[in-house]
Amino acid sequence: MGTIGTLTSVEAYPTPDTLSSLPRERRAALLYRLAQTARRSIVEMIGTARLGHIGGDFSITDAMTTLFFGVLRLDPANPDWPERDRFILSKGHCAASLYSVLAMRGFFPTDWLSTFMQPLSVLNGHPNRKIPGVEANTGPLGHGLPIGVGSAIASRLSGKNWRTFVALGDGELQEGSNWEAAMAAGHRGLDNLVAVIDRNRLQQGARTEETNRLDPLAEKWAAFGWEAIEIDGHDHAALYEVFTRPGRGKPLAVVANTIKGKGVSFIEDRVEWHHKVPSPEQVKLALEELAR
Amino acid sequence: MNAPLATFDCRQAFAETLSALARENDRIVAVCNDSVGSSNLVAFQKEFPNRLVNVGIAEQDLIGVAAGLANGGFIPFVCAAAPFLTGRGAEQIKADVAYSKYHIVLCGMSPGMAYGELGPTHHSIEDLSWMRAMSGLSVLVPADPEQTIAAVKWAAAADKPIYMRIGRTKVPSVSAGQADPFVYGKANVARGGGDVTVIATGILVSRAIEASERLAAEGIGVRVVNMSTISPLDEAAVIAAAKETGAIVTAEEALTEGGLGAAVASVVVRHHPVPMRILGVTGFAPTGSAEFLLDHFHLNADGIIAAVRELRG
Repeated sequence: MGTIGTLTSVEAYPTPDTLSSLPRERRAALLYRLAQTARRSIVEMIGTARLGHIGGDFSITDAMTTLFFGVLRLDPANPDWPERDRFILSKGHCAASLYSVLAMRGFFPTDWLSTFMQPLSVLNGHPNRKIPGVEANTGPLGHGLPIGVGSAIASRLSGKNWRTFVALGDGELQEGSNWEAAMAAGHRGLDNLVAVIDRNRLQQGARTEETNRLDPLAEKWAAFGWEAIEIDGHDHAALYEVFTRPGRGKPLAVVANTIKGKGVSFIEDRVEWHHKVPSPEQVKLALEELAR
Repeated sequence: MNAPLATFDCRQAFAETLSALARENDRIVAVCNDSVGSSNLVAFQKEFPNRLVNVGIAEQDLIGVAAGLANGGFIPFVCAAAPFLTGRGAEQIKADVAYSKYHIVLCGMSPGMAYGELGPTHHSIEDLSWMRAMSGLSVLVPADPEQTIAAVKWAAAADKPIYMRIGRTKVPSVSAGQADPFVYGKANVARGGGDVTVIATGILVSRAIEASERLAAEGIGVRVVNMSTISPLDEAAVIAAAKETGAIVTAEEALTEGGLGAAVASVVVRHHPVPMRILGVTGFAPTGSAEFLLDHFHLNADGIIAAVRELRG
């Protein structure tokens, strides 16, 4: 496969240390290119597996590449390093995006990606902890934020001060467990916890606002004791700035306004591309668009 | 007539043991759902205020938070009333605890029909069925304070997902003086006998012993097996009972579908089919105290004796 085959070894990619020294524009440009590389990998994985959730993969890719290459303190050679920052993909159906970024970051060989969802592959359709770099077995929605709250409490108790990031789908917020966790995090003032909400306004069957209204979303988080910020979820400079900000006494909810299927014209903002699989011809077209 | 046996609530033994373990191991934390009092954790909270995480009335969050704490290197003892812990948090137990293979100890407080008059919403008769269905989750039912203490100590070092019942209904000691009151995965033969075996768990063990003693006076030898580990089941002890006594009664304060009786039956049918009677709770309970309800479902020595007689024809 084209992109997966050409994903280079970890030395070719930046780390938070190297990125922090770059000027803002160069850093954002580099993160954009990394995100486009991840998207090409995602298209190929899903095109080969004939299964996957391409729309949500593409809407969260920019936030995820910003975190993994620009923000998270990780040691891919030692994935269980006790002091590492934690990233939990609560919207676990977007496993292809997580796997692509983990491979690019050096957690496992990039050639594993071509086994996505093949029989007995470690790369299951939803993340699990057998895979280096995966923190939580997600897939059923509404599980990631409670685990993130526990991780944030553990960080404080242990005195090791790692940060915890949880990526959530917007439709996922219809699960009540998120609000149990949001209440607990706000009550405890867990400012080492960041929720990244992929606000693409689509869920599996329809628009979120037609299904079970979420707006006003930032206000909901604020009412639960969080600092809530709305940004463009595809703006790497904005994502980098908000993710690297020091804690201010409250957990931080980043409502990232995104386009489901971002990056490929015929996939963007269409409900059917929640889990539609591109044809071989569409894979080719998508790769061309993503090469820009 | 003998004086009545002294009886004990296992929650105090549990809480004292947890505090003692927490003094030796700073990775041990207690996680609860507004259940500090009902889990007897007031002393733990006083001694370790930062290591008692009370998430409020939110059982899904409760178990997810425990998984996050385990991810961060801690050993969470999750203490909540058994019906809400296992029912409300079932999917979190499946995905975040069992499938994740975390060392988390789920402590189902006041299980069975301990909440008596509060009714079936507050009874936990389904927990053994539900928890047995979780792959890789060890399921323990200590029968008395000594077993509770030993099981909690074992669980703190076991490095695996565990569900354990912590009884509220007062029970007499059935293992006082034993060197190893609880051995993980091993049945404890509480009374020898060659005619029929009663495999009991939790508060039914002392009742099975009473039945055995009463039947011994008639010359009927009833073996009593205390099965304090429900998963993984001690299959060898079950097979030995089938082969050596030819008939088995099981007794548990849980639904007859899916608990100890079902686990024993699946071993018996595969290895050495013999007649069985499965004693337990057969449906939602009517109003009554815990003691009344145990009698209502014949979960007492009389009920066990009747089942033994039935099997002997």
